[in-house]
Amino acid sequence: MHDTVQLALLIRQTCLTLCHTKNASHLGGAFSVADIMAVLYGHSLEHNPQQPRMPERDRLFYSKGHACTALYSALAHSGYFPVEQLLNEFTENGSFFTSHVNHHVPGVELSTGSLGHALGVAAGVTLAGERRHKDYRVYAILSDGELDEGSNWEAILFAGHHHLSRLTMVIDYNKIQSFGHVEDVLGLEPLADKLTAFGWAVAEVDGHDHEALKTVFSMATSQPLAVIAHTVKGKGVSFMENQLAWHYKSPKHDEYALALAELGGAQP
Amino acid sequence: MRTTFINTLILEARQNPDIFLLCGDLGYSVLEPFASEFPDRFLNVGIAEQNMMQIAAGLALEGYKVFVYSIGNFPTLRCMEQIRYDVCYHNLDVKVVAVGAGYAYGPLSTSHHTTEDLAMLRSIPGMVVTAPSDPKEAEALTRYHCQYAGPGYLRINKAGEPILHKTAISVVAPQILPLLDRQDCETVVISTGAITESALSDIEENSLGWALWSMPFVNPVDRQGLIQLAKQYQTIITLEEHQLNAGAGSAIIETLMDAFASGELQTIPKVHRIAIPNTFQHVAGSQQWLRLKSGLKLSKS
Repeated sequence: MHDTVQLALLIRQTCLTLCHTKNASHLGGAFSVADIMAVLYGHSLEHNPQQPRMPERDRLFYSKGHACTALYSALAHSGYFPVEQLLNEFTENGSFFTSHVNHHVPGVELSTGSLGHALGVAAGVTLAGERRHKDYRVYAILSDGELDEGSNWEAILFAGHHHLSRLTMVIDYNKIQSFGHVEDVLGLEPLADKLTAFGWAVAEVDGHDHEALKTVFSMATSQPLAVIAHTVKGKGVSFMENQLAWHYKSPKHDEYALALAELGGAQP
Repeated sequence: MRTTFINTLILEARQNPDIFLLCGDLGYSVLEPFASEFPDRFLNVGIAEQNMMQIAAGLALEGYKVFVYSIGNFPTLRCMEQIRYDVCYHNLDVKVVAVGAGYAYGPLSTSHHTTEDLAMLRSIPGMVVTAPSDPKEAEALTRYHCQYAGPGYLRINKAGEPILHKTAISVVAPQILPLLDRQDCETVVISTGAITESALSDIEENSLGWALWSMPFVNPVDRQGLIQLAKQYQTIITLEEHQLNAGAGSAIIETLMDAFASGELQTIPKVHRIAIPNTFQHVAGSQQWLRLKSGLKLSKS
């Protein structure tokens, strides 16, 4: 079991370095989900980095594939592959570390990058576990913007109807999507009421409060569980927080140095 | 064909505990025997094809061999990206089964005309695209998909199709199959799907004297078999109940031109493609009426 706060810091530092050195995007959404990933990989998931396909493992489906740096960093700092390998190979020619999530990377269950896919697949994996009386839990990590996709609502309807109680959907609700604020583009509210009406158990938490996250991830429910994690896009670096621009921008040298200092990292 | 499919699948499912059947709220009076015999391996997912394909992918990730059954465009075009990205990119053992090939649901309108599926599915890497011409091929191809582990498509017509193969057949992927194996003529017809029935009757009733082969595999195609026919005949006529663009006839032309370019073929026969002329039908009609309206008929001219 990791110190999840320390793990979250390492994840953010690695995401930052990846986006800086490889000129990559989606840092804001990686920072918003970083604490969720740290709590899952450092505390709540049953998993084994030495046996990524261990049959009894919990399955994590990372639907917001564009914010891949958070998943890759969480896997690296959990021991699935060396951090140095990720830092060297990310987005390089011939590398499996593509800048949307790639299932050829150890520990990744499903390639994602087209939004609205992973929740339904996760529901299928949950159904398989129930039909075969397996104990594993299934987690799907979604962005808020991708709840625009109809396929997600098909899966939400399905999971509620079939009482898929081993399925947990975590919504990284940072309130900013690709080209605007969620409430302006296609509002989701009242989100908790909608999910409840679809037959889900719903928990709303501060998505940066590790103890609160640990508590909700240990909840036993008779229905699928939706964790609405209220988060801040760009969380952890003051000048990136709540800024749409950091959905796209790669930190240049000065920005990188400032951000790394805020994250307590040493200059490389 | 749909009854042949489900009866064959039931036989296979008795031997293979990994076979799972999903449907998108369709299959009334067809799927019930499977559902009642294997309730733990059947699910009506509802009218939600994107989710159905994603559920199939999830089941396949956990080791199930999943058959997904619905009508024509719904388990194909409606969820094409799920087929491409979730199923094929991950090389999952999911078989898409579409009933209502071509104009099988003729009077039901364009929504139910399955006339672009071969083009779209055969372009996806790893997808084995099959279209039986008669119930014997439907049975053999169902068995093939039960044995083969990977993404597949089975395009079946509907009900009441005649048996065209007079003798037992065995399907060895992706072989073409002879129906009129004539050596004493210059023209061979290569037909895909249930319209092969019309090809056979057109040739026989009009005494055209042509050879006729069924091509049940549209992707991959039987490259060596097609090259052999190209060496043997001066004219090839392709027939399919599908749009002209990018269908089975296109696959044949591509294959032969590639063989010509690489030197495997020294000459290349004329290839006449008979297919729906890249158009929608706006009126009601029986399958046979719409076939003729679209020009899907063999004749000397």
